[in-house]
Amino acid sequence: MKLFKALFTVFLTIALIWALQTKFGDLPPLGKFLNPATGFWQNAESRNITPKLTEKITGLNGGITIRYDEYMIPHIFAQNDHDLYFAQGYVTAKDRLWQMDIQTRSAAGRLSEIVGPKALDLDRYHRRMGMVYGAEQTMLMSMKDPKVKEMLEAYSDGVNAYIHSLPPKYYPIEFKLLDYAPEDFKPINCALILKLMSEVLATNSDDFAMTNTLKLFGPKVTAELFPDYPFKEDPIIPAGTKWDFKPLKIPAPSKGFIDDMTDTIKTKHGPEGIGSNNWVIGGSKTANGYPILANDPHLELTYPSIWYQMQMSAPGVNVYGVTIPGAPTIVIGYNQKIGWGVTNVDADVLDWYQIRFKDLTKNEYWYNNKWVPTKRRIEVIKIRGQADMIDSVIYTHVGPVVYANSNVKPKMSRAAFVPTGHALRWIAHDPSIEFKTLYILNRGKNYDDYRKALTYWTAPAQNFIFASVDKDIAITPNGKFPLKYKDQGKFLLDGSDPADNWQGWIPPEQNPTVKNPAQGFLSSANQSSTDTTYPYYINWRFEPYTRAKRINDRLRAMHNATVDSIRILQSDNYSIMAQDILPTMLGDIDQSKLTAKQKQFYGIIKTWDKHFDAKSVGATFFNAWWANLYNAIWADDFTVKNYLGIQLKWPSKDRTIQLLTTQKTSHWYRDTSNQLNTRQNLVNKTFNATIDSLTKKYGGLSAAWQWGTVKGSRISHLGKVDGLGSGIFSSGGTSGVINALSDTHGPSWRMVVQFGPTVEGYGIFPGGESGNPGSYFYDNFFNTWKNGQLKKLLFLSSSNDGEQHIKSTITLSNK
Amino acid sequence: MLFFIIFILSLLASFVLPWWTIAIISFLMALFIAKTSRHAFWSGFVAIFIVWIVVALFKSVPNDHILAKRVAAVFHLPHWILLLLVTALIGGLVAGMSALTGFYVKKAFKK
Repeated sequence: MKLFKALFTVFLTIALIWALQTKFGDLPPLGKFLNPATGFWQNAESRNITPKLTEKITGLNGGITIRYDEYMIPHIFAQNDHDLYFAQGYVTAKDRLWQMDIQTRSAAGRLSEIVGPKALDLDRYHRRMGMVYGAEQTMLMSMKDPKVKEMLEAYSDGVNAYIHSLPPKYYPIEFKLLDYAPEDFKPINCALILKLMSEVLATNSDDFAMTNTLKLFGPKVTAELFPDYPFKEDPIIPAGTKWDFKPLKIPAPSKGFIDDMTDTIKTKHGPEGIGSNNWVIGGSKTANGYPILANDPHLELTYPSIWYQMQMSAPGVNVYGVTIPGAPTIVIGYNQKIGWGVTNVDADVLDWYQIRFKDLTKNEYWYNNKWVPTKRRIEVIKIRGQADMIDSVIYTHVGPVVYANSNVKPKMSRAAFVPTGHALRWIAHDPSIEFKTLYILNRGKNYDDYRKALTYWTAPAQNFIFASVDKDIAITPNGKFPLKYKDQGKFLLDGSDPADNWQGWIPPEQNPTVKNPAQGFLSSANQSSTDTTYPYYINWRFEPYTRAKRINDRLRAMHNATVDSIRILQSDNYSIMAQDILPTMLGDIDQSKLTAKQKQFYGIIKTWDKHFDAKSVGATFFNAWWANLYNAIWADDFTVKNYLGIQLKWPSKDRTIQLLTTQKTSHWYRDTSNQLNTRQNLVNKTFNATIDSLTKKYGGLSAAWQWGTVKGSRISHLGKVDGLGSGIFSSGGTSGVINALSDTHGPSWRMVVQFGPTVEGYGIFPGGESGNPGSYFYDNFFNTWKNGQLKKLLFLSSSNDGEQHIKSTITLSNK
Repeated sequence: MLFFIIFILSLLASFVLPWWTIAIISFLMALFIAKTSRHAFWSGFVAIFIVWIVVALFKSVPNDHILAKRVAAVFHLPHWILLLLVTALIGGLVAGMSALTGFYVKKAFKK
């Protein structure tokens, strides 16, 4: 009995400890996570900041001083390039180690290693899209350049120096939640970050949906509904700008064909209006006579923030701006000579080629009138708690066949745009050296440096805006653009026909560019790069012109501009789309037939100032009314019967506005239940339906109707952990206005740079410098950002400068 | 006596050794000192319950409980104090069980 009691308690205690050390499902191991000696409590940062720290590490060429200001933004002072990037890796890891780990893992298709089989589809998707393959190609070229090689290696060494100095009790809390440990950082991770940018910004492909649309409606209707140039446009390169080069010969179109594929994904109306703004205003229009440059990239908002601020100084460089954790250099920023910013170019740099395999072994495919062997790339995917998965991906002369047949294609929304049996040609697979662009810009002194830097940029293509103390302003939609025949890649392409291959490249110096235009300002907001006179094809569709039009209207009218006038413009909520379409909609309402309640709403929308402000009820009504009207026009034609089950491309907002403003009657206004083909019928019907549906949803008119409440913006934790995000907040803005804050996406970094004898920067991002939810600096910028304010950026001329702002100093020296 | 020894040793250990050393400490101390099963269990339980609260608060107070509040939200707990109590309870349980085991093992070998 005594023995039994002893054995029983021994067993019970060991079982208890084992259970507390083990991860069950999504729960962290409770004992490991909760115990105060090594668990999450150790991540609580004290309000008392250590003013001076000295660390001895190996691998430095000299001493490094890192000054942290009152927002815990690091200002690095190094004595050479190597140490500068070493320190950048070190301080970034100190604040954002988990973010670097999870983002590079995600890009590399290695999430299953830490979260188990539930991430397998996503991992396979990333592998099969060739993310790792593309990163390897980038490394091949980047490591041949001594400067870039030094930079990538020093950055990685810096990250690793920090990891090796970190006891497990101080691992970032997400490692503890997911129960794994940081691993050594490799230079290829920097390239993976670039591929991640390309995935977010340069995988916008409608080829599959467009081909289905073409099959269903035929070429005439498709050409009518999906024109190659928008109805309303205000291009990035001001219309009428002359091209001072002799263009290459444009390749001839291939014979082409439409394949007869079907798919099981239901039709979906893709989002529009995600993008970014940047602009620059010349000295002739500013108060101090020097340019002002502004940039606000719109991305999915997360904690920790996508961006990390820092100043980097070494002989030959002193630059301030934002970096992406996991990649060296400043991505958007300024020094005392130049400033630059970026927005996305919606270039058509991702195409699908139908592949005809010889047989089920898929060892050969038909190309250029003969059978050609395929190549295989083996992807080993490690899975937590399971055996490795070996995935073999077929590669052709254009690239990987992402899903060779429909039974390997997952039902994952991200993969929906992939046509099965097609090979992927994607710019992110090409050898590239983007870090060289940033390396040169960080040290840039003038316009010539800017132009030189841009020649090294491949992907994702960006509208690089520029200003300098020499009072030059410029913008260049820039990247490596394939030389194509017009509309090549608007639809799926033929993988057997060499005429459908990309036929070379637009020479970098012939990318659209403009310097010091007569209008005195430049801007971009993801709209068409040029007017129709540009000789090359970049894409048939871009983001709507609405943000660009508003920016240009305001800049045109602006005189004696200051930082504050630019700041206010960055949070502007005025809707050009409402300006373009609302008069037509209101004009069709027959007021004599309205009930008292309908009259009340008519009054609200009629007097609405077209601003998507947080408290606006008119914005809520317009937004819902427009969505109803858009659906009433297209849903019956573009929601395909279930048995067909193919995805179609829906006409754009721009095309819909063209239809509405130019045609009172059209067969598109007709649907199965309604044979009237008048606009007025649809406008009135949807007006009434909008009142009904909103009243049903929000009750009588009250604060619940306010746009900010209805929209419900939020910033989620990067790992979607509940409780580590911002929670829902009310705020103005929407996609399609300058302040493009939707529910989950928005301005991820707002920067304004005022040039002058001293260049001054202002900026803010939602979040904070620290990635630690237990830090005072995790979300301390949030309110300033939400209120549309900026912080003056502290630019130190030397490590002894600005002493009154310095809260902490770290000195790194060799062991 | 047992309580104080476990308390002091575990407090010291918590700054350098892994969390489960509390189990070893409680087990060994009970093996030598425990008088009754109840004495063993409650000495271990209360000692670690308090030690873990002390160590957690040592980190959490200078943090104004920013992290504790967030992590409470992660686990859908209405207040961070509950998170602290769950923490202490788990530690207490492990230590109590280990001490109890120590006591019974001693009894099993003592003729």
